[in-house]
Amino acid sequence: MVKIEAIIQPFKLEEVKEALKGIGIDGMTVTEVRGHGRQKGHKEMYRGREYNVDLLPKIKLELVIPSARQEEVIRTLTTSARTGKIGDGKIFIYQVAEAIRIRNDERGESAL
Amino acid sequence: MSYRIVALLSLCASALFSQSPPSAEAELAALRAAVKASQSAGDNAWMLISSALVLMMTGPGLALFYSGLVRKKNVLGTMMQSFVMMAVITLVWFVCGYSLAFGEGSRFLGSLQYAFLQNVGADPNPDYAGTIPHQTFMIYQLMFAIITPALIAGAFAERVRFGAMTLFCTLWTFIVYFPAAHMVWGKGGFLNAFSNGAIPVFDFAGGTVVHITSGFSALVCAIYLGKRKGYPVDPMKPHSLVLSFIGACLLWVGWFGFNAGSALAASGLATSAFVTTHMASAAGAISWMLAERIKTGKASALGAISGSVAGLATVTQGAGFVAPYAGVLIGLIAGVVCFFMVTVAKNKLGYDDSLDAFGVHGVGGLMGCTLTGVFATRTVNDALKNAAGQPLPLGLVDGNAQQIVNQLMGAGIGIALAVVGTLICLKVTDIITPIRMESRDETEGMDLTLHGEEGYNFEA
Repeated sequence: MVKIEAIIQPFKLEEVKEALKGIGIDGMTVTEVRGHGRQKGHKEMYRGREYNVDLLPKIKLELVIPSARQEEVIRTLTTSARTGKIGDGKIFIYQVAEAIRIRNDERGESAL
Repeated sequence: MSYRIVALLSLCASALFSQSPPSAEAELAALRAAVKASQSAGDNAWMLISSALVLMMTGPGLALFYSGLVRKKNVLGTMMQSFVMMAVITLVWFVCGYSLAFGEGSRFLGSLQYAFLQNVGADPNPDYAGTIPHQTFMIYQLMFAIITPALIAGAFAERVRFGAMTLFCTLWTFIVYFPAAHMVWGKGGFLNAFSNGAIPVFDFAGGTVVHITSGFSALVCAIYLGKRKGYPVDPMKPHSLVLSFIGACLLWVGWFGFNAGSALAASGLATSAFVTTHMASAAGAISWMLAERIKTGKASALGAISGSVAGLATVTQGAGFVAPYAGVLIGLIAGVVCFFMVTVAKNKLGYDDSLDAFGVHGVGGLMGCTLTGVFATRTVNDALKNAAGQPLPLGLVDGNAQQIVNQLMGAGIGIALAVVGTLICLKVTDIITPIRMESRDETEGMDLTLHGEEGYNFEA
């Protein structure tokens, strides 16, 4: 099992969700986060005071999937979340030691 | 209203006994009474609505405007600073505040004749407003006494303790507001142009009484209390300009009660003040936006609403003395000057007037006071008459240049009273209880540390 963590543009969330649904991935956890990579922030001005906003709103998607589907999911994510401009986000992959369904103690890939 | 009933009864009586021809005089008297009663009904309706409009300026108007400009950990604390004035000053007004402001006393302060609102009933008080119940005049004036200390809160936002702030504002109404209101509007007041004042000042709706006093007191508070922790290095962005936007729009609407209501009747003068006020607000918004567009490249929402409030604060003093064209000019000047004050001058001088109570109300009030001396004209307001009943010239446009000096002297007295009075109130409060929040509490925010609540519980 692997955990896929994708940081994407907030406005791309619906498209990404639909694309994942299209390849049969249903489970995911979504968080509103803020951050930045190479993308520069912007300036805001309130009554003459200037603020540099460099932490920008992003969406973090987390999904745990069978290792065999890893490349397929990555392909789906990159194509659906891509605009081709700076700030599109990143994908990180982690190994997952175990998954347990709380309801009935099911373990492993069948718990996903 | 007893005279209304009398008028009705006498009309009924003349109808009942129509067989015996009523004397023409009696009929005329009955008609006169009926006319007076209907005028009173119209005036009273407008003044009750105006009273409600002015209260709406404090809550929710000012409360929303200010609380949107602070950080979200202080949203409730800032709203409470306005709201608590609605409660506390009301009771102070009931006990002795109204009497000290509008009772017949010295040239500088009223008396206790109306304490606990005794003798303030349905009968009009011809010294102030001859066609509405005295009680209506009283409640209308209360709304001004509420918003004035609430305005000061803009200067000490995000860093004062609740109880100390309430105590300070209560003391402040005694030391600054009641004397100021009495001097400018009270019977025999030192600055009251319409009651034989030593220095005749025209202040239609409180440019001096409300905006100069609160604005300059705000400056003193900001300097005395010091900057917010982390200012100006830490980011202190307004947490919701949406709240501020709604608040500013409510202020604009409420200001019709404030300025047009100050005619104290549903008269042509009320309409004139209404129109002039509206012009100034519109012009203020436009000139602030233009100044911003030229200086920074963008016209902002905060700039637009700040400009409108600046226009409104500046036109307050002259609303019922100047013509609509002057309202436009006053608004245009207010927008640019206040923009300069809060964006350039404040940062250069380095004080932390957090929500620009001084930059908008103090500076606007002072400009408005002066400009009233320029633009006040008898064609708008003919209440000031000579012995022969001819309306006297008012401002520079009427050829009375002396009035600018009078206005400046009035402003000077208002400023001196505000500065000295505020220092006294701050010192006294600080002796009784510390005003400033503890550093740790300031970091955590007013809502949690002062009120034990949070404004936004998204997980709830």
